Amino acid sequence: MDKIDFLFVGVGGQGILTASDIAAEVGIAAGYDAKKSEIHGFSQRGGVVESHVRWDEHVHAPMGMIGHIDFLVCFEYLEAARFVHSLGEDGIVVTNTQRMIPTSVSAGARTYPENEIIQHALYQNAHSVISLDALAIAEELGNTRMVNTIVLGALSSQLKVATDVWLDVIAKRVPPKYRDLNHKAFMRGQNSVALT
Amino acid sequence: MKRLLSGNEAIALGAWEAGVRYASAYPGTPSTEILETISQRKDIVAEWSSNEKVALDNAIGASFAGVRAMASMKHVGVNVAADSLMSVSYTGVNGGLVLVSADDPGTWSSQNEQDNRHYARFGKFPCLDPADSQEAKDFTIFAFELSERFNTIVMLRTTTRISHSKSTVEVAMPDPPLTKHETIGKFIKRPDSYVIIPANARRLHPQVEQRMVELEQYAEDYPLNRVEWGDKGIGVITGGIAYQYAKEVFTGYSFLKLGMSHPIPKQLIRSFAEQVDQIVVIEELDPFWEHQIRSMGIDVVGKDYFPLTGELTLGKVRIAAQAAGLEIAGEQHLQPEPLEMDIPPRIPSLCPGCPHRAVFFSAAKQRLLVAGDIGCYTIGVLPPFNAMDTCISMGASIGVAHGIRQAGNDQKSIAVIGDSTFFHTGLPALANSIYNRVPVTTVILDNHTTGMTGGQGNPGSGIAAQTDKQAAQIDIEAMIRSMGVSAVWKVDSMDAKAVDDAIKQAVKYTEGPAVVVVDGDCVMNEGWSKSHPVVVDLDTCNGCTLCFKVGCPAILKSKELDEKSQRPKAEIDPLLCTGCEICLQVCPRDAIYHPEVGYG
Repeated sequence: MDKIDFLFVGVGGQGILTASDIAAEVGIAAGYDAKKSEIHGFSQRGGVVESHVRWDEHVHAPMGMIGHIDFLVCFEYLEAARFVHSLGEDGIVVTNTQRMIPTSVSAGARTYPENEIIQHALYQNAHSVISLDALAIAEELGNTRMVNTIVLGALSSQLKVATDVWLDVIAKRVPPKYRDLNHKAFMRGQNSVALT
Repeated sequence: MKRLLSGNEAIALGAWEAGVRYASAYPGTPSTEILETISQRKDIVAEWSSNEKVALDNAIGASFAGVRAMASMKHVGVNVAADSLMSVSYTGVNGGLVLVSADDPGTWSSQNEQDNRHYARFGKFPCLDPADSQEAKDFTIFAFELSERFNTIVMLRTTTRISHSKSTVEVAMPDPPLTKHETIGKFIKRPDSYVIIPANARRLHPQVEQRMVELEQYAEDYPLNRVEWGDKGIGVITGGIAYQYAKEVFTGYSFLKLGMSHPIPKQLIRSFAEQVDQIVVIEELDPFWEHQIRSMGIDVVGKDYFPLTGELTLGKVRIAAQAAGLEIAGEQHLQPEPLEMDIPPRIPSLCPGCPHRAVFFSAAKQRLLVAGDIGCYTIGVLPPFNAMDTCISMGASIGVAHGIRQAGNDQKSIAVIGDSTFFHTGLPALANSIYNRVPVTTVILDNHTTGMTGGQGNPGSGIAAQTDKQAAQIDIEAMIRSMGVSAVWKVDSMDAKAVDDAIKQAVKYTEGPAVVVVDGDCVMNEGWSKSHPVVVDLDTCNGCTLCFKVGCPAILKSKELDEKSQRPKAEIDPLLCTGCEICLQVCPRDAIYHPEVGYG
């Protein structure tokens, strides 16, 4: 059983903590030991949110080592660039291409890099890059809160854990009336990778 | 059955399993979820107290009255509670009494990163330091047993990484029965212990010292201190979260894990040290153990290499071990550098619809000296407001503004403080300014909640920690008037002009203290709802950029430039905008409008 270290990043309010909770639960359901670690507090006010998840036979530290992360899971495109150096040699980026403009750009003098620049940086620094427009898929599904489930679906395509395990954990985690929608969102995310 | 729980959830579960009947807290990151989780139990009386000292006093009373009681708070909250903490060390307890101190190495959401293990040594009581959620639960139960066995308060010390990490916990009963329990505490008169007059204190102090001697002996065989033998080339002495990092970096070596961080088991440490070639002490923050072990004449590798400040990480522990020349498995690790490309930061900002916005817009516009306080509103120090000049500790704003004034500074100034912080420690400071007749202007940001920690009740909120209980709601305006302040303005937080005018008048008032109560719900309060988003008319907007100065994440620079000024016109993100209309009110050209209503 090889260790797998995940780092989930994005912007406060994107459902990152829920997604990383689900990833930790999935690890346990798949027979791993798992830990997760996150930071609350000021990060909720439009700041960057980071959450580590680790799967291994026995996990000690709740955070993986920066420079050795296996999967960088990004809910926002700029954050992928901010954290891509966290990956290890065979590290994979799974990223939503949604752009959320920070106030340092919207009201300040800073610039949000063009998509091509971010994309280039990701390819330069990761073993492989999986990107998807999760917001567009969520809008098609009629609920923008599905972004995190769609990203998890895309992540699942890179792991050897049965889809049913993911769907079971998600079903337990979301309110009953959103179960079907989450199921659909997860599959759309997973299939979007197969299509590219 | 195993469940994935955060350290805080695990402490709450441990408290319940230990039979705690009374729990109190003042919210503060990273401790808040402990009481939030406990409050779901109907068989425990759980309360938000107005500050940490009150929380500890409440728990002391409950302990004296015979029930197991727990007070939880963040590390700096212990400073507030320290007066009672030092006394209760002498008085002893009746029902088990545990103080949970949640420290914040790395200052993720705090004003400092003090190491509260020192309190245990300073106050002469034991401290337990869990390393994961299972231990957080188990150690809580151990803490109550220890408290009753040695007639002492016990500190259970966590850190952000313990409190806010999730790991598996063995839960005896998946869903323990929720029964209504009557708290039947009996207070037995023991004035020789519970009344800490000098005569009693003089007699009790030697007993406290004797207790520490006995605790030191007890620590030698205490099951929470454990030796894990491995390669004896290196012996690592560690505990808390540092243990987890050390286990991964020093794979295969021998370990002494200290679950009780104070007092330390000296004989056990000495015998461990004698059996290994080299001792390495790895602890987060201060060299608390290292200094004590060195003073025993044992040479150690410690803070010369391992960081004294900030949170430890796997990478930092590995790099320090390499620098110290210790033989560890794995490749040479270098801290990876972020990309060289220009990545704009995400600076925290007041939420769209936040009731604090108009106050900081005014403070910036009027160029006031602002003595700030602790809450979401400390964001006022950041751009675009840059409208905060001091922030020291909970409730300090009013006292600091008072002192600035008394030093002869006649700059127009205000103290800015939230409702929860005002009840916490702002009240005595206001009483002081009233008493001394000093014209301090206090702006109370009354959003009827404790916002930064996620929305907990306080004496002004009318909401109890437990949903089945009623809470009273103190009327701040009436209270201030009854204290003798006649210059009081109460304004709607969403009326930017009223806020601006009230502050202008209040800072001119020189007869004594003036208070402006800015009233408006936090966007996270129950019952708060957003209105329709507002829209910028790009034909009217001339790119004056004034609306950017309200610091709202929903207001963006549009791609369109004003022909004359060549400055970007504004646009509003309809997904983020709550329709609060602060930007609409400050726009000098009436270029922002409510599509439902028309121009503002």
